[in-house]
Amino acid sequence: MRAALFVTCVNDAIYPRTGIAVVRLLERLGVTVDFPAAQSCCGQPQYNTGYRREAEPLVRRTAEAFAGYEYVVTPSGSCAAMIRSHYTRIGRAAEAEGRGPGLAALAEGLVPRVYELTEFLVDVLGVTDVGAYFPHTVTYHPSCHGLRTLGLGYRPRRLLAAVRGLELRELPGAEECCGFGGTFAVKNPDVSAAMGTDKTAHAVSTGAEVLCGADNSCLAHLDGILRRQGAPLRALHLAEILAATEEEPVQGFEGLV
Amino acid sequence: MTGTHLGMPAFPEAAREAVRDEVLRANLRHATHTIRDKRARAVAELEDWDRLRAAGKAVKDHTLAHLDRYLLQLEASVTAAGGTVHWAADADEANRIVTELVLATGEKEVVKVKSMATQEIGLNEALEAAGIAAYETDLAELIVQLGHDRPSHILVPAIHRNRGEIRDVFAAEMGGWGRPAPEGLGDDPRELAEAARLHLREKFLRAKVAVSGANFMVAETGTLVVFESEGNGRMCLTLPETLISVVGIEKVVPTFRDLEIFLQTLPRSSTAERMNLYTTMWTGLGPSKGADGDGPSAFHLVLLDNGRTDTLADEVGRQALRCIRCSACLNVCPVYERAGGHAYGSVYPGPIGAILSPQLRGTGSEIDATLPYASTLCGACYEVCPVAIDIPEVLLHLRERVVQGGPVTREGIRVRIRPADGHTAERAAMRAARILLDHPGALRAGERLLARARRLRPRRLPGPGRAWTDSRELPELPEHSFRDWWAQREKAGREKAGREKAGPAKVEPAKVEPAKPEHEKGARP
Repeated sequence: MRAALFVTCVNDAIYPRTGIAVVRLLERLGVTVDFPAAQSCCGQPQYNTGYRREAEPLVRRTAEAFAGYEYVVTPSGSCAAMIRSHYTRIGRAAEAEGRGPGLAALAEGLVPRVYELTEFLVDVLGVTDVGAYFPHTVTYHPSCHGLRTLGLGYRPRRLLAAVRGLELRELPGAEECCGFGGTFAVKNPDVSAAMGTDKTAHAVSTGAEVLCGADNSCLAHLDGILRRQGAPLRALHLAEILAATEEEPVQGFEGLV
Repeated sequence: MTGTHLGMPAFPEAAREAVRDEVLRANLRHATHTIRDKRARAVAELEDWDRLRAAGKAVKDHTLAHLDRYLLQLEASVTAAGGTVHWAADADEANRIVTELVLATGEKEVVKVKSMATQEIGLNEALEAAGIAAYETDLAELIVQLGHDRPSHILVPAIHRNRGEIRDVFAAEMGGWGRPAPEGLGDDPRELAEAARLHLREKFLRAKVAVSGANFMVAETGTLVVFESEGNGRMCLTLPETLISVVGIEKVVPTFRDLEIFLQTLPRSSTAERMNLYTTMWTGLGPSKGADGDGPSAFHLVLLDNGRTDTLADEVGRQALRCIRCSACLNVCPVYERAGGHAYGSVYPGPIGAILSPQLRGTGSEIDATLPYASTLCGACYEVCPVAIDIPEVLLHLRERVVQGGPVTREGIRVRIRPADGHTAERAAMRAARILLDHPGALRAGERLLARARRLRPRRLPGPGRAWTDSRELPELPEHSFRDWWAQREKAGREKAGREKAGPAKVEPAKVEPAKPEHEKGARP
């Protein structure tokens, strides 16, 4: 099976480890991974801040970059949600306003082929045990777009529960937003920080070593708070945990027991 | 909406104070989490909740699509039942109508049933200006009124107050409005409720005029409906001689049977009760037309527009008019929980307020231009809404309006508004980001520059970035981007494949393909 990786701009620039982990994981499961270099950002920062027109070229770029792939896999719930929930509307609105010919059809064509990583693993590949090994205590934060927009449900936690050596601890108030919200973190910094601080306090209360999530933007916000506080746990993307094996553990976690 | 909210600061500034107020945050947290958990249990009891939700949405959408017809039918029904219908285009007109109606009775005081519409138009202040005292009789509204405060929640206006604070307000203020609080009043809920009961009883028995809103109006019968938990509303609706109801035009439903849906969804969503304790319905003056002295002998219905028709003209935004004011969205909203109701600068706080206020009032003021951004788009509000208002969708729609301007309807006229002030730098940044992101070659160069600067990573950023670094560390920057890692891996793979093809004996330089610009590289498998 062949799949294209939509790594997303945040992972490309700041969290390449997540993308590398996805490649390792999928290849281990027998998937041939392509990385179309024409890809860039899904346009979510622009669109969610109100700049719909500024998002249009990025919608086109993303749809064109992945044209022809049956499966497009992304390790970001919010970017998958952006494509699935908003691309068609953006394309139609652009055409209605006399811009972007063919954008609606292009966007519509992409939508059903985009999978968030855990959906791809569980629904397409049909696996929950990906052969990972991670001997640590982990608590999982289901980011809002994955939880509510995509409806990922139990997929991420089932995948984590099947990891050898991993002890999963329930996160109190797991379904509540972490307070990142894209530009919300900068436009409403006080509320954002208050929400993030409550979330990290819950994570710390579990006694887990790792706060796991499937969206690096939420994790950047939470990890930023944890490190500012000097808290005893670190944020880590789910893909890195699923990619970890006894031979190739997650960098920086070898010594932690 | 009310004058008390004019000149409010932008949402982020208003929220900042609330976030720092530990008592307020604790009060809000306790109250919202209690109601939220109870609501979830009450909703889970109904197997057909999803169908009820869809039915409620359908009834509201149908009514809104034919609002003109149903309003005229309602007017005819109310009139036939002995009531008088008045039409008010805006807050001033509604306030003038009510003031004149009260003055015509010769009375100088009215008792009030809790009503969002009268809060929205600032009726109490308008009546006060005309020398008429308006007494709130809902317990929470009474607390707000006695405390010279503003409501901060749709259903529980005094949610931001704890028992001790309420005791202090009662002890200090009740005497100035009527029967004083008993000596040595404690903060036990039962004691507080008893003090309010005695204080209010005096008003119910004396008042000749009552002012109410309504949760629903039935077009086919002309029936108005009030849902409440205390019975104070029923006192107002039955004891006085004149009843004046101010109701938003979107509250109409076509038939009596439609109430069946909302009788189930509204109480469970709002107070987490299977059914509210008091459901009062009245149809004009009833068969006796008030002649037997049972119920008011005069009934006036003031139908309030105040921006609703303009909101109805907006294809995406009109769904806000489906709102039945249950306040479930407030109770699950993590932003409301931290910011409190006052930060929203309106009688409609929380997620619904963030989409309703900028539509009813326009996005011209600072507070209204920031309200669509008072959300992380987490979607919890949409999930609980009993009439399925896609609040995140409307927030995004209104954000576009704020930063890009566009067509809106104002007082029935289609106009094009300009973008709100203060977004020049943001717009430039969004455009610059778009240009960078739309040129992967430039993006790659930018990423390399970022990687090279990784050791310079500051602890505090200047400008808007300060908002991030004030409370969080910046992420550690990687040595290389994913894009570069992938390119190196591909190159290594090709070299390895080249060596294997050539065999171990031959030593030839690996075949390197000429580098193509990123955007020309094949995307097809």
